[in-house]
Amino acid sequence: MDMTRELRWFRSMVLIRKAEEAVIAQYKAQDKIFAAKQVPEHTIKCPTHLSIGQEAAAVGLCDALTPTDLLVSSHRSHAHYLAKGGSLMAMMAELFGRVTGCSKGKGGSMHLVDASVGMMGSSAIVGGSLPLAVGFGLTFKMRGERRVSVACFGDAAVEQGVFHESMHFASLHKLPVIFFCENNGFATLSPISSRQHVPIHTRAASYVMPSAFVDGNDIVAVSKAAWEAAERARSGQGPTLIECETYRWMGHVGADSDAGTGPRTVELFEQWKRRCPVEEGRRILYGRGVPDADIAAVEQVVTEELAAALAYAKASPAPRTEEMFDDI
Amino acid sequence: MTSERMLAMKDAIAEATVQAMEDDPGVFVMGVGVDDVNGIFGTTKLPFERFGKEGRVFDTPLSEPTLTGMGVGAAMLGMRPILVHARCDFLLETMDQIVNHAAKWSYMSGGALRTPLVIRAVIGRGWGQAAQHSQSLQATFAHFPGLQVVMPADAYGAKGLLLSALRGNQPVVYLEHRWLHNMQAPVPEGRYAVPIGKGDVVRSGKDLTIVAVSHMVVEAKKAAATLASEGIEATVIDLRSIRPWDADLVCGSVSETGRLLVADTGGTSFGVSAEIVATVAERAWGKLKAAPARIGLPDCPTPCAPNLEAAFYPGPEAIVAAAHRLVSSAVSAPSHASEGSEDKPFNGHF
Repeated sequence: MDMTRELRWFRSMVLIRKAEEAVIAQYKAQDKIFAAKQVPEHTIKCPTHLSIGQEAAAVGLCDALTPTDLLVSSHRSHAHYLAKGGSLMAMMAELFGRVTGCSKGKGGSMHLVDASVGMMGSSAIVGGSLPLAVGFGLTFKMRGERRVSVACFGDAAVEQGVFHESMHFASLHKLPVIFFCENNGFATLSPISSRQHVPIHTRAASYVMPSAFVDGNDIVAVSKAAWEAAERARSGQGPTLIECETYRWMGHVGADSDAGTGPRTVELFEQWKRRCPVEEGRRILYGRGVPDADIAAVEQVVTEELAAALAYAKASPAPRTEEMFDDI
Repeated sequence: MTSERMLAMKDAIAEATVQAMEDDPGVFVMGVGVDDVNGIFGTTKLPFERFGKEGRVFDTPLSEPTLTGMGVGAAMLGMRPILVHARCDFLLETMDQIVNHAAKWSYMSGGALRTPLVIRAVIGRGWGQAAQHSQSLQATFAHFPGLQVVMPADAYGAKGLLLSALRGNQPVVYLEHRWLHNMQAPVPEGRYAVPIGKGDVVRSGKDLTIVAVSHMVVEAKKAAATLASEGIEATVIDLRSIRPWDADLVCGSVSETGRLLVADTGGTSFGVSAEIVATVAERAWGKLKAAPARIGLPDCPTPCAPNLEAAFYPGPEAIVAAAHRLVSSAVSAPSHASEGSEDKPFNGHF
């Protein structure tokens, strides 16, 4: 493991964290203006499902992927989009509903796409994108391409029929697919204990599929599992199910924390916050003797990129009304 | 004319599939039973014989939602999947993937990713197939922007529409009626496209316009022949495409005849016939000489018992009866057939 790689991880996690903090800041700022019965100059008006606290899973996964590997995601897709290398400027423009957005302002936060880096979009229907990833895998196999297809989803997707159908088909045809589950323990406010009684990773056995169960906040562990799964896929040995145990710090949707709401106790939040993926990434760098100045420089670059992306988004035009019927 | 080759619709579908597979290595066929001895009413037999060994025509698990999503994913990468269902009813299992994913992925990605898969499904009818094996769901799918819906009424349309679907850039729901599979029509041997969104005038007449869909085109032609023997000349339009549908052709014809009758294989309530009548009312109100009529399925799941089934499906008699009502309700007085008796032979399910 070389320094470059660890710095890259850190940079990617910081980018995701700061981008989502910027979304929160934007929401708070515009809410204040609305509360004063004024109209803010720039607004994000789409539901955003933040990944703060889950950065290590996305970044660890994408460590094992190349731009020609394809990924689809769920409603909570900012981290996957950015970790896969999606354009930050196009993402911010999309959130602001601008025509320069990655989906020309027609998709919003839940439908981020950047095909140039293999980010093939995300579905706001829980489990909905899994079959698409199987379709990519089928295509790779039919064309004899050594590429990997990934479906990122949350724990609730496992409760959908398409999870089982997709796992089954991918295993039946030994397709190069990684089923990547970030189990954050909650579907909105419903704890997994009220929804499931079979450990997610053990489902793979039903489909004669290898699986891995990892600490989703341990980027080294996630990356290792992802590399093994990707190698398996590329060498024609078929799909893998990876379950990452993690936690989202924010509420299911929007800019507010829901710590203290029902089963999402403050204690639970504090417990996971002590295992912050970004701080863990920083500790890894300290452990490798990376000087503070180098780390600060990475953070500074990300801050500047983010400022530029926000400025770009705000300066970009909205789609013209007559463009509404394009791209159907 | 004399040397025209006749082909059954099932063979026309098979031929279009094979030709598309020859032309484009991305075309493949998947579905439950597409490789078995029956080959989905014979439509996939030839494709399997030709391309089965290459893995381009393959059997699948009964996982309809995931099969659709796989087709969406493959289509995004430039493949041309043809997903085949032996019954239209099975599409209801996969509505989420068809409506929320296939139909919307392009729009949600700002056009960056297109999903031109073709979903073939067979409308079962007859032999007591009852409520879950006989549905004709074109109106359901036509409701959604992002989907195209086509319904061939003969072998010529079947081949040309399938080839068009496989060259387009939108997902296409291709609904084929079981009763048409063995009907023959002249079909060119070469490749040709029947444009999606265009209807076809199969018979011209000045007195009324009958817009028909799928198997109802066959029934409408029979009805038009009966009407002609009575001196009523009907235009019959094979709509071919449900979404988009040829409103210009229909409204133009109704502007000339002043009378509209729509015959659909689906239900009348909230159906294709309702949409067509509404559009004509909006666009050609001043041209109408009589209130438009709809022939379709009544508000009832398909029954099994032979007598109920016979009463459930309207045939040429129902079309003729409706045409009589349309013509007789014209501003001028009814010219023939004594009132009260005209409906008698045609009272069908009504």
